[in-house]
Amino acid sequence: MANKQLIKGNIALAEGALQAGCRYYFGYPITPQNEICEFMALKMPQSDGVFVQAESEVAAINMVMGAAAAGARVMTTTSSPGFSLMQEGVSYIAAAHLPCVLANVQRGGPGLGNIAPGQADYFQAVKGGGHGDYHLIVLAPASPQEMFDFTFLAFDLADKYRTPVLILSDGIVGQMAENVEIKDSLKPETISKPWALTGARGREANVIRSLWLNETGVEENNFRLQDKYKIIIEKEVRFEEYMTDDADIVFIAYGLSSRITRGIVDKARKQNIRAGMLRPITLYPFPYDKIKDLVSRQCKALFVVEMSAGQMLEDVKLANEGRAPVYFDGTLGGRMPSEEKILPQLKTIKLS
Amino acid sequence: MAPEVIFKKPDSLREKIFPYCPGCGHGVIQRLMCEVIDELGIRENTIAIAPVGCAVCGYDYWDVDVSEAAHGRAPAVATGIKRVHPDKTVIVYQGDGDLASIGMAETIHAANRGENFTVIFVNNTNYGMTGGQMAPTTLLNQVTTTSPCGRSAHGDGFPIRMAELIATLPACQFSARTTVADVNGILKTKKYIKKGIKLQNEGGGYSFIEILSNCGTNWAMPAVKANEYIVENIVKVFPLGIYKDTTQEKGEA
Repeated sequence: MANKQLIKGNIALAEGALQAGCRYYFGYPITPQNEICEFMALKMPQSDGVFVQAESEVAAINMVMGAAAAGARVMTTTSSPGFSLMQEGVSYIAAAHLPCVLANVQRGGPGLGNIAPGQADYFQAVKGGGHGDYHLIVLAPASPQEMFDFTFLAFDLADKYRTPVLILSDGIVGQMAENVEIKDSLKPETISKPWALTGARGREANVIRSLWLNETGVEENNFRLQDKYKIIIEKEVRFEEYMTDDADIVFIAYGLSSRITRGIVDKARKQNIRAGMLRPITLYPFPYDKIKDLVSRQCKALFVVEMSAGQMLEDVKLANEGRAPVYFDGTLGGRMPSEEKILPQLKTIKLS
Repeated sequence: MAPEVIFKKPDSLREKIFPYCPGCGHGVIQRLMCEVIDELGIRENTIAIAPVGCAVCGYDYWDVDVSEAAHGRAPAVATGIKRVHPDKTVIVYQGDGDLASIGMAETIHAANRGENFTVIFVNNTNYGMTGGQMAPTTLLNQVTTTSPCGRSAHGDGFPIRMAELIATLPACQFSARTTVADVNGILKTKKYIKKGIKLQNEGGGYSFIEILSNCGTNWAMPAVKANEYIVENIVKVFPLGIYKDTTQEKGEA
């Protein structure tokens, strides 16, 4: 019998981490993701794991780096201002090819912003975020169930590619409660980590590093990173299509925005407008080819809905390569997209 | 009969020439650290954190598992490692800009949590590798590239005494200041490093060893004079001694 529980997205994310075998959690309180810290403070000791409340997000991400270097499955979670503070550590972790899982339950920004849901950390999430040429694998859940599922998946992806994986969520998906199936029969993949720091017993000493002072070391490490991203782009693009087969107008939205947009598609269909939606699940790697494919076939217009001034919009335009007109609705400062505002606009779009 | 070897390079120190300036204390301190690792037989059970600055490539010299850490973050990285491997010896090696400036929060909180690792803190009163800028440990009136008229208490503040500060934290088990500027100090430095690591390996908790070391190049002094300067002047600002030792009452210097 399925183990279903009515729980918040934040708790579902934490359950997903435990199911994935994560036994090390380092965090710092920040709204709207405090449920994760609180859950881990209670559950980690009960699961023979470790919870440490760090003195700052800067310290938390570096504790994550240490535990990842030591070969453990490890996670930290935060919200927008805290994720900015973590960028230094994330750059080092990516450069040192260390696996870990991070979550940013986004809030309104910039600055202290507010504690309403936001999607304005997209650039930071998918373009690198810290210094240097690196990327994270970025998964965008749209429901508490996906908070569980994607977090579980994130640990396997992190270990497989030796890279940080980011769950890019928001304050509503984190705070909303829905029925979540805790898939307790799922088994995490076990990937050996011969590179980990365990004490050099019977082997050469291992070194976790991102510094090379010779002429070619850093360039070579960058090539290693880029080779890895090529494989990730080839193998890990994930998306969901909703009524795109015959759609004249395809919405593109992720996370919370995709839930609202799904309702807009349903209402548009009732008005005999052939609308559909493409929901990127991985924001990095981004489904460029899928969008290109849509606008090369029947789709006559794209409509991006996101809670920012137009960040994913830029990637959609890159994929579109000028083929179809691209419409946009962005909400700022923690406001959510409005069906009432977007739906009437569809009638004004010429689909010739 | 083969002659008895009475002095040799420690096994846990690699066959490589140190990159440090002539007379620099880093080479001495790292040799002492590796001698202790050898004597305790823990080379295959040790994980060290390399600092930023002159000793950043510590892994080129120490034949143990090593992680780099960002400027100031070594105690946080060490916390992550030690929490995963509580049975391993974790050694944190940091300089004064690293530990007492950008990493002050990580330093204090790791000590305050009583993380069971040993911190080797090299205090040479300036940022060495970046070219001799003012550190939190720079002496009053000391000329550096960012205190060209000498450090002023007004505006620049006072040199921070880390061994004393750390000793005030209840979870700290051992805090001491020593120097590698003379033979007596070198012997004591080794004794304190060994004490800290043994304490850790017995599950005893956090230990902190501050070591006054010269930076002849940036101080614009020959090494011998720089060491004399430590013994004659710097110790007046940074007195040597044991500031906390929960295994004994406060002892002599």
